[in-house]
Amino acid sequence: MSAATEDAVTEAPAVEAVPKRAMTLGLGTSLAVLAALVIAPLFVKNFIIFQMTMLLIYALAVLALNILTGGSGQFSLGQSAFYAVGAYTSAILMEHVGMNYALTLPIAGIICFAFGFVFGQPALRLSGVYLALATFALAVAMPQLLKLGFFEHWTGGVQGLVVTKPDAPFGLKMSQDMWLYYFTLAISIGIYVASVNLLRSRSGRAFMAIRDNEIAASAMGVNVALYKTLAFGVSAGITGIAGGLGAIAVQFVAPDGYTITLAISLFLGMVVGGVGWLPGSIVGSAFIIFVPNIAESISKGLSGAVFGVLLFIVIFLVPHGARQVAIVAQQLIGKLRKG
Amino acid sequence: MPVLNLRLGAISAALALLAISSTSALAQKKYDTGATDTEIKIGNIMPYSGPASAYGVIGKTEEAYFRKINAEGGINGRKINFVSYDDAYSPPKTVEQARKLVESDEVLLIFNSLGTPPNSAIQKYMNQKKVPQLFVATGATKWNDPKEFPWTMGWQPNYQSESQIYAKYILKNYPNGKIAILYQNDDYGKDYVKGLKDGLGSKAASMIVIEDSYEVSEPTIDTHIVKLKASGADIFFNVTTPKFAAQAIKKNMEIGWKPVHFLNNVSASIGSVMKPAGFENGQGIISSAYLKDPTDPQWKDDAAMKAWNEFLDKYYPEANRADGSVMYAYIVAQGLEHVLKACGDDLTRANVMKQAANIKNFEPRGLLPGVKVNTSATDFAPLSQLQLMRFKGETWELFGEVLSGDVGG
Repeated sequence: MSAATEDAVTEAPAVEAVPKRAMTLGLGTSLAVLAALVIAPLFVKNFIIFQMTMLLIYALAVLALNILTGGSGQFSLGQSAFYAVGAYTSAILMEHVGMNYALTLPIAGIICFAFGFVFGQPALRLSGVYLALATFALAVAMPQLLKLGFFEHWTGGVQGLVVTKPDAPFGLKMSQDMWLYYFTLAISIGIYVASVNLLRSRSGRAFMAIRDNEIAASAMGVNVALYKTLAFGVSAGITGIAGGLGAIAVQFVAPDGYTITLAISLFLGMVVGGVGWLPGSIVGSAFIIFVPNIAESISKGLSGAVFGVLLFIVIFLVPHGARQVAIVAQQLIGKLRKG
Repeated sequence: MPVLNLRLGAISAALALLAISSTSALAQKKYDTGATDTEIKIGNIMPYSGPASAYGVIGKTEEAYFRKINAEGGINGRKINFVSYDDAYSPPKTVEQARKLVESDEVLLIFNSLGTPPNSAIQKYMNQKKVPQLFVATGATKWNDPKEFPWTMGWQPNYQSESQIYAKYILKNYPNGKIAILYQNDDYGKDYVKGLKDGLGSKAASMIVIEDSYEVSEPTIDTHIVKLKASGADIFFNVTTPKFAAQAIKKNMEIGWKPVHFLNNVSASIGSVMKPAGFENGQGIISSAYLKDPTDPQWKDDAAMKAWNEFLDKYYPEANRADGSVMYAYIVAQGLEHVLKACGDDLTRANVMKQAANIKNFEPRGLLPGVKVNTSATDFAPLSQLQLMRFKGETWELFGEVLSGDVGG
């Protein structure tokens, strides 16, 4: 491993090394966030609910990348490809096969898991920047693959595929948006809890051992090849579920929605949220959804530049992202309590 | 007390009259969300950032045009409030912005949102919500579908009808030609190719000797041109965007390939294609147009062109006048102005669509002579006429009649 990647790896602290309360949110904070997420939609317009749904979906995708990079120390700029595969799987199953939307999600997850696992095999030989480049190639290739005439009957080619939005079941009196939000929220909580447990488990410790030192990990008896590909698989699977949810929420899939820009956004979300800190995913997701809107309201012509400046400020002031902010806040609160 | 009775009678009569007149006034003025006595709120979505950001200039020009309308007193006394958002040409973002416009900003309609994938993404939503998706800025054929999507309407001549016009011309003048096609690998490119094949009909298979596509992310298309030349084709159907079109024209000359060259209207700009490619390299190229190319010297003293220049001088002085998009936006903004004027005081969404589907021989400033905007309840393709032209010297020479393509959704 090169010195540069070693540096990057040591900068992302071992999740277990951080006190439990700092790794996830404290129970009280978790419940407060959860309560806010549950109650908020009752008071806002459908459009905001839709934005919150997208927030959760991107948070899932960022979380998936976080498991891969923060957990097992592998880089990926190809998450948009897995996201696209998940989205298309859901869309095709719903529109061509007529399957229930909820059932398409596990299938999207399994297909993406397999896809990620298989892609993880060649990726074994690559690490650091080379792996980033290999996954980058995947992200660049994906939109074109989706346009291929061969698949066009299923994917709709460049025209994309329109997806029908599900109604609330059991005759619940709830708007489609609100139902989809709670549906997404339930899935997100499930995946979040599962991910936290995964990282705390034997497999999670194996991921982190590989991240910190591959040779030492293998000396300890960790099957490096298996766990590295497994991390890819898990990450791809979660991204795929996020993609499927995204397709249902947006009601449309097209190659243009899953370009390299999406992969970079997710990467950005992970860094802003704090590498290896799972709760940061939602902060990162908020950053990639709302900051471009803020940048646009500041200047239309220069929105990209404004976004760049804002990003630069964030990275410069809090290089460890939201995790750093959370730790500082916790220390402050601690001091106040003592004082 | 006859006097008092009379008075009472007069007062009650007056009151009754007042009541009648006020109700009739109320009946005249009808509003949906987004329209009031003083303002009409119009939404718009443009790729100000991202891969298609060159088109962002359309949104800026429209904004300038509505500023002009407002400065001149508005439409039927109402000011236009033009709310334009960036979607970076990404469909999920388009959905977010469209929902923001409809549900949060509460616009009367969304006007001239750009791109086929972004518009496809919001079409179903707009039709469910019954909010007009008016004059979309894409040349795809599917927008002319009033039965299925009564709240969506196209604007410009669609790509397929344009290439059908070329196909007719090829069949008539070069019935034994061998055609090489180069197209951009996306919806726009494929639409053109489909139009050409449909136009050639049964002869398509024998006439087209090679089809090649490029990705918009490629830095140069030189290798494609070399490949096309090697196929021995004598007709070149060039479906490329401006940067690539200029490269193709140049490369053709460099390697000495001189086919009959059909260039799609997307890249017919003198300022951004023919001049950079070199005038001497572009002689004899055939294309088509429906609006006046601002960089074409033949329109220098044209009244519409003068009005356009005056408008830009005053409201959008930094505009690049060689950019065809500026003219495009100027024309489509006049289209919206026309529709809103026709709506009068009945600014409901239903009436907007009704008036938009009832445009008869409207000629906004900037269209070629003879090209007119026409719609009906069954025809949601406002512009469908084009004229063939051939490049000669430093300008396009129009020839033949104004032709109309006839492709429905």
